[in-house]
Amino acid sequence: MSATTEAPDTTAVTKPKLKTSAMIASFADPGQKTASAPFGHALVKAAQENDRIVGLTADLGKYTDMHIFAQAFPERFFQMGMAEQLLFGAAAGLAETGLVPFASTYSVFAARRAYDFLCLDAAEPNLNVNIVGGLPGLTTGYGPSHQATEDMAIFRGMPNLTIVDPCDSLDIEQAVPQLAASEGPTYLRLLRGNVPTVLDEYDYTFELGKAKVLRGGNDVVFVSSGLMTMRALQAAKALAEHNVDVAVVHTPTIKPFDAETVLAEINTDRLAVTLENHSVVGGLFETVASAVVTAGLGKRVVPVALPDEFLDAGALPTLHERYGLSVQRIVAKVLAELG
Amino acid sequence: MTTLNETAPQELHTQPLPQKERMTQETAAERLERVSAAAYRIRHHALNMGEVQGQGYVGQALGAADMLAAVYADQLRYRAEDPHWEQRDRFLLSTGHYAIGHYAALAEAGIVPVEELETYGSDDSRLPMSGMSTYTPGMEISGGSLGHGLTIAVGMALGLRYQGSGARIYNFLSDGELDEGSTWEAAMGAHHHQLGNLTAMVDINALQADGKTDTVLRTEPITEKWEAAGWYTQRVDGNDMAALLTAFDNAAAQATTSGRPSVILCDTKVGRGVPLLEEREKAHFMRIEEHEWQTCREQLTAGYEGKAAR
Repeated sequence: MSATTEAPDTTAVTKPKLKTSAMIASFADPGQKTASAPFGHALVKAAQENDRIVGLTADLGKYTDMHIFAQAFPERFFQMGMAEQLLFGAAAGLAETGLVPFASTYSVFAARRAYDFLCLDAAEPNLNVNIVGGLPGLTTGYGPSHQATEDMAIFRGMPNLTIVDPCDSLDIEQAVPQLAASEGPTYLRLLRGNVPTVLDEYDYTFELGKAKVLRGGNDVVFVSSGLMTMRALQAAKALAEHNVDVAVVHTPTIKPFDAETVLAEINTDRLAVTLENHSVVGGLFETVASAVVTAGLGKRVVPVALPDEFLDAGALPTLHERYGLSVQRIVAKVLAELG
Repeated sequence: MTTLNETAPQELHTQPLPQKERMTQETAAERLERVSAAAYRIRHHALNMGEVQGQGYVGQALGAADMLAAVYADQLRYRAEDPHWEQRDRFLLSTGHYAIGHYAALAEAGIVPVEELETYGSDDSRLPMSGMSTYTPGMEISGGSLGHGLTIAVGMALGLRYQGSGARIYNFLSDGELDEGSTWEAAMGAHHHQLGNLTAMVDINALQADGKTDTVLRTEPITEKWEAAGWYTQRVDGNDMAALLTAFDNAAAQATTSGRPSVILCDTKVGRGVPLLEEREKAHFMRIEEHEWQTCREQLTAGYEGKAAR
């Protein structure tokens, strides 16, 4: 390779301001009510009441809000280094001694790097090991190395594993003590940093294993999980301006799935739409679809989900618009479906 | 609210003697004889189990019998009638297919009835071909997917230390498991956290599924690797009971709750104790003909009793 001999162009050029692809970009809208590090604070609170709770991470404590716990309980926090197989194996070992570990890393690493260790060391003996995965689905612009677009698809096949996809800070705060109290392993799709607070405006409490109807509506029923419930609620408001009346059913527990509640809402003549921050393969849509088919309902379900492909890098708002997760794209899709 | 740390952290068990009363006045020679006898019985059990199935990992069980005997007859603190006794030392079989040898050791320890051994590998048996914690009393973990044991051991060692327990953790692994990166993640983790309550025992039989270890993936220099990882490292002839007991004594003498983890690297011979099998071409899954089992038992007994093998 030869070095270039051309002088750099130093002429001043007015360039358009570029959008950031910062990894830790919050998906909160400007001015939206948020809570800081709800998982970390919820874990501290739970640990104050139950001293069997311990925390560990694989060199991502600061980026999964585990550092809040580590600061509060340094003697109950174990740094495992950038070693996810050790993270999960050691979490299982801690649980074998009667402790209740919460182990954090990014969702991509949790799902792709050390599956065997979670599966055989924690799930097969049904130990109370709680995995906390940051950056689930499309919540970073770093590209496929960091975008866990298929984490639920990977994890849904694991027997005994409970999967929770929370919407907001309230969901996380209420889920943490329930995950600690429940038997068996769990996987929490973590929203970290400044997390929107959305569900406090509704008559809602998180119950592990339960779907909840957040609002009723006569024309369309949204079935959603994770941050897409926030988008579903926003889209429902926007669709009201088009005289479309939308119900929203929030299903934060993906497995075991509350098919009873969801099917009761779907089995109507309303347009049924699932919304998830996950690949269209193997996530909420297919969970709902299999429940519909198993129940013998001849009902069409329209998915709002990420495409079955490796996604682009870039700024989150750009990517959410590109892949159909934005409120604008949801509204357009529903209107098109309704003709 | 539960409380964990009501008592000050205990010292590590420095006299991990399962049958202490029997051993108080024991001389070194008597100790050697007692543990060697246990190893002989473990080998005998393994041959009987292998015969029922007509196959099995008999070669590995014979090779590792001395290591298993040293642990169960000399090192481990346990209560045979209460396999979940909280203060027990933990023995983690990472190498799941060595279960045949482990079951034999559990029978020797009185945790599994000897009569039950013949069910090994059969339908509805508590003794499956690959060891699983949910099936067998005294089986702490489900091994088999290799390279898991030491990672779980790290968590157990952290958890027991945090709870003020003096129990020790022994992880049995094979040299084949040194291929797995997770073993080295755990080796670094144990050193980083100064898990002096953890002892790893590596069965170096130089054999893995596809052939000799040095042709599959060269793991040597093994001793230097563990030393570099910060472990108290000893390498012994794993079929020399006196050397094994000395190694365990050395490990115990340097162990503290917050010191270096300890590893005993044990060079063993597949089929050890049965010349017919020692001389057979080494294979991960050794084939033994129906008429050969009795010969194997006779050779084992003759060797143990110091007679010339037939």
